[in-house]
Amino acid sequence: MHRFLSRGALLAACVVVSPVALGMLAPDALIAQAATTTARTGTSGSMLIRNATVLTVTKGTLKNTDILVQNGKITGIGTGLTAPAGTTIIDATGKFVMPGIIDPHSHMMSDAVNEGSLSVTSMVRITDVLNPTAVNVYRALAGGVTSANILHGSANTIGGQNATVKLKYGEEASDMLFPGAPPGIKFALGENVTRKNSNTFVIPGQPTPQKRYPTSRMGQEEVLRDAFTRARDYKATWDDYRSKTAKGDKTLLAPRRDLELEPLVEVLEGKRLVHAHSYRADEMLMLLNLADEFGFKIKTLQHGLEGYKIASEIAKLGAGLSTFADSWSYKIEAYDAIPYNVAILMRHGVVATINSDSDERIRRLNIDAAKLMRYGGLTEDEALRTITINGAIQLGVENKVGSIEVGKDADLGIWNAHPLSVYANVDKTIIDGEVFFDRQKDIAMRAEKEKERAELEQADANKAPGATRRGVITPLPEMPQ
Amino acid sequence: MKYYRNLSVSRGRAIARAGARAATLALSAIALLAPWQSASAQLGSFNPDPGPRGTYAIRGARIVPVVGAEIASGTIVIRDGKIEAVGANVTAPAGAKMIDGTGLTVYPGMMDAGTSIGLSEISQGAASTVDISEVGSFNPNAQAFYAINPHSAHIGVTRVVGITHVLSRPTGGIIAGQAAVMNLAGSTAPEMSVVQNAAMVIQLPRSGFGGRGGGFAATTGGGNTQEVNRTRQRQVDSLKTLMRDAMAYGKVMDAYAKDKSLPRPASDVVLASLVSTVRGELPVIMMADRENDIREAVMFAEEMKIKPIIMGGRDAWMMAPFLKQHDVPVLLSAIMDLPSREDDPYDVNFSTPAKLAAAGVKFAITSGDAGAEARNLPYTAGMASAFGLSKEDALKSVTLWPAQILGLGDRFGSIEAGKMANLVVTDGDVLEAKTGTKFLFIDGRPVPLDSKHSVLFEQFKDR
Repeated sequence: MHRFLSRGALLAACVVVSPVALGMLAPDALIAQAATTTARTGTSGSMLIRNATVLTVTKGTLKNTDILVQNGKITGIGTGLTAPAGTTIIDATGKFVMPGIIDPHSHMMSDAVNEGSLSVTSMVRITDVLNPTAVNVYRALAGGVTSANILHGSANTIGGQNATVKLKYGEEASDMLFPGAPPGIKFALGENVTRKNSNTFVIPGQPTPQKRYPTSRMGQEEVLRDAFTRARDYKATWDDYRSKTAKGDKTLLAPRRDLELEPLVEVLEGKRLVHAHSYRADEMLMLLNLADEFGFKIKTLQHGLEGYKIASEIAKLGAGLSTFADSWSYKIEAYDAIPYNVAILMRHGVVATINSDSDERIRRLNIDAAKLMRYGGLTEDEALRTITINGAIQLGVENKVGSIEVGKDADLGIWNAHPLSVYANVDKTIIDGEVFFDRQKDIAMRAEKEKERAELEQADANKAPGATRRGVITPLPEMPQ
Repeated sequence: MKYYRNLSVSRGRAIARAGARAATLALSAIALLAPWQSASAQLGSFNPDPGPRGTYAIRGARIVPVVGAEIASGTIVIRDGKIEAVGANVTAPAGAKMIDGTGLTVYPGMMDAGTSIGLSEISQGAASTVDISEVGSFNPNAQAFYAINPHSAHIGVTRVVGITHVLSRPTGGIIAGQAAVMNLAGSTAPEMSVVQNAAMVIQLPRSGFGGRGGGFAATTGGGNTQEVNRTRQRQVDSLKTLMRDAMAYGKVMDAYAKDKSLPRPASDVVLASLVSTVRGELPVIMMADRENDIREAVMFAEEMKIKPIIMGGRDAWMMAPFLKQHDVPVLLSAIMDLPSREDDPYDVNFSTPAKLAAAGVKFAITSGDAGAEARNLPYTAGMASAFGLSKEDALKSVTLWPAQILGLGDRFGSIEAGKMANLVVTDGDVLEAKTGTKFLFIDGRPVPLDSKHSVLFEQFKDR
């Protein structure tokens, strides 16, 4: 299926602000969406995968094993399984099947990442800006990823409402939202919020980011305390109204709705998961204690590069942590990051994961997980947990994905070698029993795409200004305003 | 105490101190860490000094020499910094410190020819730790050698994966300066240095964005294509003028050296630093990612008769016959880049090494990273192998080939008698992310396997 300048692409073209994005407005970009690949095959959500090495993650490794998938769910795991006539059969002899990889921290598909004007923007929602045609979704599928937590950026102390998605490339954004996933919200602490590095981010032609409260970790604590104090009062006002109304009082006016505080009330009620960007141990501890004081949990510390320094406290206060495998030293608050972070956290009982925070690194989370065997000596299953079931736990969807078990969604990766090997690549990526990436099909389609590209490049509209036959400068097609 | 498997981070320290008793001293070495723990809040000084040169023998190990056939079980003798002997039937000399290699594999130390290691510690928010660029466009006399911090924490964490030597280069401007080839061990730059002046680094001004290193002309053209091109041409002309001046300067200096009765020419350190470059003696690393940038770099090099090495090379796969025809090698650093065009195959950059190998283009795989992420070099080579490069070539692309491209093939890159004893001993395939390093030798000296990261691990693992 091709999407010529789909809705998402037009949206992207309208909101472009950075020079990197401006670069994409070269004539190339006008044909870019034409040849994006969708390898989805019509399995109707049912298939029988035969004779694979199955890395269930939660129930060990099973050799020469079949997986039966019906209507998007795993219905059988064993040997000699049979399927109803007409079911797609996938021979996985010599191949490895693992649960689809879950990335707990991504910004893919986001046409906007930060609402940077205020430091509390709990009212804004990633679901409003999801671009389902972002080609990086397909590239992530090619790395065996099936789900991701799409978060706001880290400009604000409270950044906005997340979207947990399944990477069903080719479908509408609304169909990519993970059914039943609990809502979440992004918090952020440290250098990105205080904007201490902003002068290093000056973009030519763009205004230099202005100073804004808070500019210190002291201010961050106060911003959070203020926000949750207001949220607690707001909740009390509504609780009071509902209680009196329930008792039959019909004279009361409903309190004015506050879209900033509503999500924070959900946090206080434990209905919305907090994913908090944080680096230094002290700021994490501040947040964990503040949350404890207000009676809620931090579902994940995101990045949490110094988490290993306070692993006991993180475990005690019941937070998870999602980090980079080995990124460090790119700014001051990342200088004490160590690749043993996950090992130390896991040995202390913390649910820990590896995330990408990057459309590039999301393509090779399997290798990042393998590094944990080197740094701190995780077992294969423990390493795999950090990119599968632990991510599912952190997103509140562990009953549906993250391991290969009967009853779970058929979100699977079929690999040509053990996925913790650098020599492995993905053969097929499956979501809800449908194939969304197929390497052999991708390769088979390349010649046709190359031909299509060449044809499009010859179209006058796609030539650079001044490049037409008679030397007449052809204006670029008008962009929608 | 928490349970940690493969608690081997301290073994190298033991060997540095105790030679043959190394393997048995792993646990007692932890106690030696105490004095460092206070250093964890400082910049640098995390890299323990290597042990002395001497005579060492690694026995009973599987040996992957890169040149020649694999040895299932053999001995390597190291003496005074060099590999003295290697083979299945080599006998360890009396008095050599013995390392038991049973169950382990020995590889030549890897080389990352695409770093700026030691020049940039913390890239954001700590400008005073960054010495990677000079002001101005032409700095042929800026030498990385003089700014490399031997105590950069990046060095310790990079070498423990088996990267024993690197090319460290300045960036920025049109002539960024001179890159050095350094061993990743030693307390001073001279102690680390293998080749102080290994290559000149040039980035031709480019028009437009895309690829690494920014586009100089693009920022001054105000979006007017013709003005961008004029600016670019002026900058290229300035570069050519400088290089021709250097050629003339070299001739004048040579003439004066032969005949002191001639008028004494005025010295010029900038021109002097360019003479070996314009004479084609010093290789020139030319930063180029895009197809047209690669072509222009090669054509420029031919016109100016300099010896080019392309660094970056994102689109090198499109240019393979051209690069082969012009015999230009590539230091690839774009393998992990996202495809630059939306409709490129998803694996277009993963598969570049395989395409270059098939076309017979000489290349090496580099991290392209300033330093902190250089340790991922082996996994990048492994990824290239997942997408078509043979495992043997993947290993060569981070050992022998970078050395050869920089003219150091007789000193590095394989386990052969007479070569520098840069060796890594592992518990598995050196390109696999899960593999652990057990012993490390650089310049024939045993290197402790501690780093800033293992020190912090020890400090906090049981807290």
